[in-house]
Amino acid sequence: MLAAPRRNTELSLLILALILGAGALALVVLALGPDEITLATPIMTVLVVLYIAAHIIMRRVAPKADPTILPTAALLNGIGLAVVYRLGPEAFGPAQVTWTLVGLVLFTGTLLLLRDYHALSSYKYLIGFAGVFMLMLPAFPGIGREVNGARLWVGFGDFQFQPGEFAKVLLVTFFAAYLAERKELLSIASRRFAGFRIPDPKHFGPLVVMWGLSLAVMILEKDLGSSLLFFSIFLVMLYIATARIVYTLLGTLLFALGAWFSYATFSHVRLRVQVWLDVFNPRLIDDESYQMAQSLFALATGGLFGTGFGKGRPDLIPAAETDFVFSALGEELGLFGTAAILLCFLLLIGRGLRIALTARDDFGRLLAAGLTAIFGIQTVIILAGVTRLLPLTGITLPFMSYGGSSLLANFVLVAILIRVSHQATDAPPPAATAEILIGGR
Amino acid sequence: MERQIRRVGVGLLAAFLAVFFQLNYVQWLSAQDIASNRSNVRKLLREYSIKRGEIVTSDNVTLATSRRTKGRLKYERLYPEGDLYGHITGYYSIIYGTARVEAAFNEELLGEGGVLTVQDFRDRFLGGGEEGNDVRLTIHSELQGVARQALGNQRGSVVALDPRSGEIRAMWNFPSYDPGPLASHDSKEQRRYRRSLAPNDPRSPLISLATSRSYPPGSTFKVVVTAAALESAFTPRSTFPDPQALDLPQTDAVLRNFSRTACTGGGRIDLFTALEISCDTTYGMLGLRRHAKIREVAEGFGFNQPIPVDIGTEASVFPEIPDDTANLRAFAGIGQGDVSTTPLQMALVAAGVANGGKVPRPRLVKEIVDPNAGIEERFTPETIGEPMSPRTARQVTDMMVAVVQSGTGTAAQMDGVKVAGKTGTAQTGIEGANPHTWFIAFAPATDPQLAVAVIVENGGSFGSEATGGAVAAPIAKAVLEADRRIRGW
Repeated sequence: MLAAPRRNTELSLLILALILGAGALALVVLALGPDEITLATPIMTVLVVLYIAAHIIMRRVAPKADPTILPTAALLNGIGLAVVYRLGPEAFGPAQVTWTLVGLVLFTGTLLLLRDYHALSSYKYLIGFAGVFMLMLPAFPGIGREVNGARLWVGFGDFQFQPGEFAKVLLVTFFAAYLAERKELLSIASRRFAGFRIPDPKHFGPLVVMWGLSLAVMILEKDLGSSLLFFSIFLVMLYIATARIVYTLLGTLLFALGAWFSYATFSHVRLRVQVWLDVFNPRLIDDESYQMAQSLFALATGGLFGTGFGKGRPDLIPAAETDFVFSALGEELGLFGTAAILLCFLLLIGRGLRIALTARDDFGRLLAAGLTAIFGIQTVIILAGVTRLLPLTGITLPFMSYGGSSLLANFVLVAILIRVSHQATDAPPPAATAEILIGGR
Repeated sequence: MERQIRRVGVGLLAAFLAVFFQLNYVQWLSAQDIASNRSNVRKLLREYSIKRGEIVTSDNVTLATSRRTKGRLKYERLYPEGDLYGHITGYYSIIYGTARVEAAFNEELLGEGGVLTVQDFRDRFLGGGEEGNDVRLTIHSELQGVARQALGNQRGSVVALDPRSGEIRAMWNFPSYDPGPLASHDSKEQRRYRRSLAPNDPRSPLISLATSRSYPPGSTFKVVVTAAALESAFTPRSTFPDPQALDLPQTDAVLRNFSRTACTGGGRIDLFTALEISCDTTYGMLGLRRHAKIREVAEGFGFNQPIPVDIGTEASVFPEIPDDTANLRAFAGIGQGDVSTTPLQMALVAAGVANGGKVPRPRLVKEIVDPNAGIEERFTPETIGEPMSPRTARQVTDMMVAVVQSGTGTAAQMDGVKVAGKTGTAQTGIEGANPHTWFIAFAPATDPQLAVAVIVENGGSFGSEATGGAVAAPIAKAVLEADRRIRGW
């Protein structure tokens, strides 16, 4: 009844997204020169076939799911591939294509294996510990690797990945399951502490321990971006579960203290702030603020319409293919391009929250909202960083940055969202998406 | 729970809006400001990734070319002829920007201006070998070399142009500079070399005397005054009193002849003879009586505004002198006082007479050439002023021929060709400084092929003994003879 039209919508949107993605890739190939053309055609064919395959599998295993999630992810992924390919046609491009293929396999695998998301709730502690374990992995000597001053990587031989990207999905799942179970208990303030009425520590104790552990690990690994991300996602989910604004205020206060502490203690944090405030200072611009300045130069040189693929010099930005992929895009596609990408992210977030609103139960609601929030907050943190709205904390831009771990984790993330969406109530949603975005009732 | 989720949505939307506003600020509102930061090397890298076109002389000698480097800047600019064309090509420098032809034809050299060819479209859409257009100058390499040799190590300038087309065939100033080190990719070398040129010194070799330095024209200006006189009721046979000194109105001052005697032993002197022997009192009188007309004719020759040549020029000046200082008009009549001119302007005075009263627009660039598609743009002759009738031009020519045959400019005489010329020995107005020596000329007088202006600052090696006829005329003659040999006229 509802299923077929939704999947047909999805197919037409997906075709549109694939045309745009393939078009972007074709422009990049043209700009790079004719040598790349022979390589590009099979790549594009395989990508298109796999996306269509994912869609066909969804028709069987998640027919009632939201029709916009997969096409939006495909569009972001396609444009991201084009930019990454443009920045490194020999190394990054082919590797990212491979990761996309693996990611799509993981996406369909998740949908095929996870027929009921409630299964996740049963294994919540296992998932929680797995999340913390993943986070701690890079800290282990022997397998942990430090890249650019942050110890985020795990490596065996030539192969390396960032377990933290998966940890975020695992921890959000744990938080969702735990909070769904205990939300009433957490809402009741039975104890007094420092003038505040707080719930019984035995109810929120494990939550705080888990969260503190993950935060400590990340501070030790010097990964500011992820610390900020986890801190805020924890607050957001607690707020959604309990509706108690006091947690948010308390959390914000804690965050302010933590920020002040980091600023006072870590010189690399102070430097970030200095670069943010004074990016064009001639004494900093050749070294400390070089990357940030190059990011702004790229965006500004791109202007309204951009230079066009292959015509700019985004390769001047250090780490253009990972944290600064958005600035690279901004130089070559201009404000019109970056605004369009913003809208795509916003669409995905809007649909994710809509899934949360229509979910059958509290776990589904918290899971969908949590996954959407972590996706949205991660996007905002890195975009605000590269545009100098906030001090830069390096994390990847979902679906666009170069890197297998991030891409795979995000494919799993949207697969779970789609699963929740498929299992949502058949009843019409309480409000339209636009209303969600502008506040609704 | 629903309400909280909505609120989270609002929060995320607000955050995205903030990013969107910031993007508008960075990519639109202050994009120009940010992108023009000195540390943004994008524009530079783009320019240096283009194979900038060559600058060649009319006889295809390469003056500026681009060579592939291994560095981050893909092409380096080379100037194989050293300092010989420094004031013509100018330079293409990372730190100091561009100058002269490199600046005026930057777009063409980068392949951005002009007509889009099929090749341009292919470059634009398929990327790959971007190549600029070549600029072919009107300069002839041999004549330029002769000009340098003839002037030697004397501060001064030589400008030679074809009076019919306005094509500048030689333009040499001493001192000059080598644009090569300024275009070096080694910023230390750029800075060191520029410092050695003393860029803030008024005598810096960076200054092109021919186009950017104004001098009092002295007696060469009498050609302009003669034209003005003939255009206003006088004839070559009109006679004037010939006093030892001219009494000036309003003051006790007098205007004396260069020789401190009467020009022709007293009595009266006609205009023809006055020019031939450069009689100051006659021209002082004309200066007083025909001030407005002289100014009109001078402006017809190009005075009082920058000359529209392909590179920047300083305007030559013939001011309007008010009645209450009318005595100064006498000095203006002999090219002193407030009158000042560039050597290029004086070459145009000669060219205007040579070209039958029509002043040609001087050209330094002959054509723009697309290396793959041939000539893209060719510049055609234009007239920038018509200060006198063809009849007046003929009369002035006859008088200038007499200057060379039997007057002050005999040193410019050529075998078998009549040369028209005028000498000048101009007071600098600086105490103790020797006068500047001038000579302007064209030849052959009956069918002019080349007009020349020469100035040697402070008499050059002749010092206080110098006159235009003795110092500057031989240089003009050398250039005329070389052009006659090269072009066979």
